[in-house]
Amino acid sequence: MTTLVYTRTELLRTFRSKRFFIMALGFPLALYFLIAVPNRNITDIAGTGISAPLYFMVSMAAYGAMVAALSTGVRIAGERAAGWSRQLRVTPLSSSSYIRGKAVTAYAVALVAIGLLFLSGTLLGVRLSADEWLRMTGLLLVGLIPFVALGVLLGHLLTTDSIGPAAGGLGAVMAFLGGAWFPLGDGTLAQIAQLLPSYWLVQASHAALGGPAWPAKGWIVVAAWSVALIVLARWAFRRDTRPV
Amino acid sequence: MATITRPPDREREARGARKGVRTAGAERTPQAAPAVLARGLEKTFRTAGTTVHAVRGLDLEVATGETVALLGPNGAGKSTTIDMLLGLCAPDAGAVALSGVSPAEAVRGGQVAAMLQTGGLLRDVSVRELVELVGSLYPAARPVDDVLAVAGLEDIADQRTQKLSGGQAQRVRFAMALVTDARLLVLDEPTVGLDVEARRDFWRVIRAAAAAGKTVIFATHYLDEADANADRIVLLARGKVVAEGPSTEIKARIGRRSIRVTLPGVDTGELLSLPGVSSAERHGEAVQLGCADSDAAVRALLARYAQARDIEVTGAGLEQAFLELTKESE
Repeated sequence: MTTLVYTRTELLRTFRSKRFFIMALGFPLALYFLIAVPNRNITDIAGTGISAPLYFMVSMAAYGAMVAALSTGVRIAGERAAGWSRQLRVTPLSSSSYIRGKAVTAYAVALVAIGLLFLSGTLLGVRLSADEWLRMTGLLLVGLIPFVALGVLLGHLLTTDSIGPAAGGLGAVMAFLGGAWFPLGDGTLAQIAQLLPSYWLVQASHAALGGPAWPAKGWIVVAAWSVALIVLARWAFRRDTRPV
Repeated sequence: MATITRPPDREREARGARKGVRTAGAERTPQAAPAVLARGLEKTFRTAGTTVHAVRGLDLEVATGETVALLGPNGAGKSTTIDMLLGLCAPDAGAVALSGVSPAEAVRGGQVAAMLQTGGLLRDVSVRELVELVGSLYPAARPVDDVLAVAGLEDIADQRTQKLSGGQAQRVRFAMALVTDARLLVLDEPTVGLDVEARRDFWRVIRAAAAAGKTVIFATHYLDEADANADRIVLLARGKVVAEGPSTEIKARIGRRSIRVTLPGVDTGELLSLPGVSSAERHGEAVQLGCADSDAAVRALLARYAQARDIEVTGAGLEQAFLELTKESE
């Protein structure tokens, strides 16, 4: 019950912030059309076996979802600066209810971003089976776990001044190293990138090729980042009791 | 967290008796744990080369149902003390128990409501939604509509919190504390930003809560506010309790005035015998008189010394009173 009202309130106020939605959703959408429209006739981008509209649809959905997850941190930093976080700490709200509320909200925004990108993809001719749409969505949601935790972590470590550039910069770098702007191929960069969770997020598009989209390595990397960042996020939340 | 056994308290009691001030909470039932029991609290903040010893060896005991004011100038350690009582910061030494349990446990159990000085409001929600949210977190919350009415928020219940004035925001903080119906109310400078009328309303509601059995602790730097609304005043200065006692006694001690008068050629010993005068100091032609009753002293002064001129009566000022008390206690 307590979690429910808290989560509902978090969702309400996030969905009320129009500026936030324009920035969080408008950017990946615009980028998608900028990149995918000129390349819409490429059926096999950089030897991946995936068409350009599909590849960029998923990579931009991944980017948008990452931005949505990291922007949790921006809201948290704002709540801390306003003193709301300290106020919450003298209520019976448990830390797991708090983090659940933040995570559900991050996922809700991410789902809107993913939905809009998928819709845009169909406009550019992406056609997949229901099974493939679902598997791709599932992979995106799993791959997002580390970024939701990273959003909470940054929100409790940084101030309102620094969180914007940090979240935006990290999101862009992560998306770049994940191959969101263009496929990374098999070189050294790709080898390094495979150790990042964003790489696997972007590679969710491989679900459209049949067979497993993520090899064991992908699952391990995502799981390791998830565990590490969740532990760090909890630590940051617990220690963060001083006024900002 | 370890429960606290009451430490031997004779020396403090003896000291208090000498000063003529002592807690009014003595009539509590022997078995019940006090609403607040803090012993030997210490807190030091270190930031970039400077060390602030914010709280140094603070003891505090508040009986269930009591209303206690933490009175002190800025920097006395009031907010840090409140943070430690609420478990928002851990003391470097000492321990806190609220009704016999740790602050964290009391907070989890919904026994505590706080109005923090730095407690901001959540953005992009209405006043009603915010009060509802806080109520939803407590096991025995009061009906939101009642609370909005009591806090005078009915007219702005549907406004977004970021559009409120300072006074309105303070009323919302108040409503957030009220809706919890918690047994212990901890209020840090609760009337900052409120106009006279709102202040009066606020204290009326708090006194009603106290009458209904709630324990109330509030921090303030206004003597009048502490005097009018608390059963007992705990005076803090430089991180320590420098005096505590029933409000009237504390007011008599620190509400002193002083008279400055130009009066050449009169012996200070003679001045000390005037009614209402408790100290006399000569500065050249002028004399400084510390007064327990400045009105009586002025009457006597004018009646006895025709040559007395340039009479100035000033309140000792809380800061000055605190400095003196701090010196006394060291």
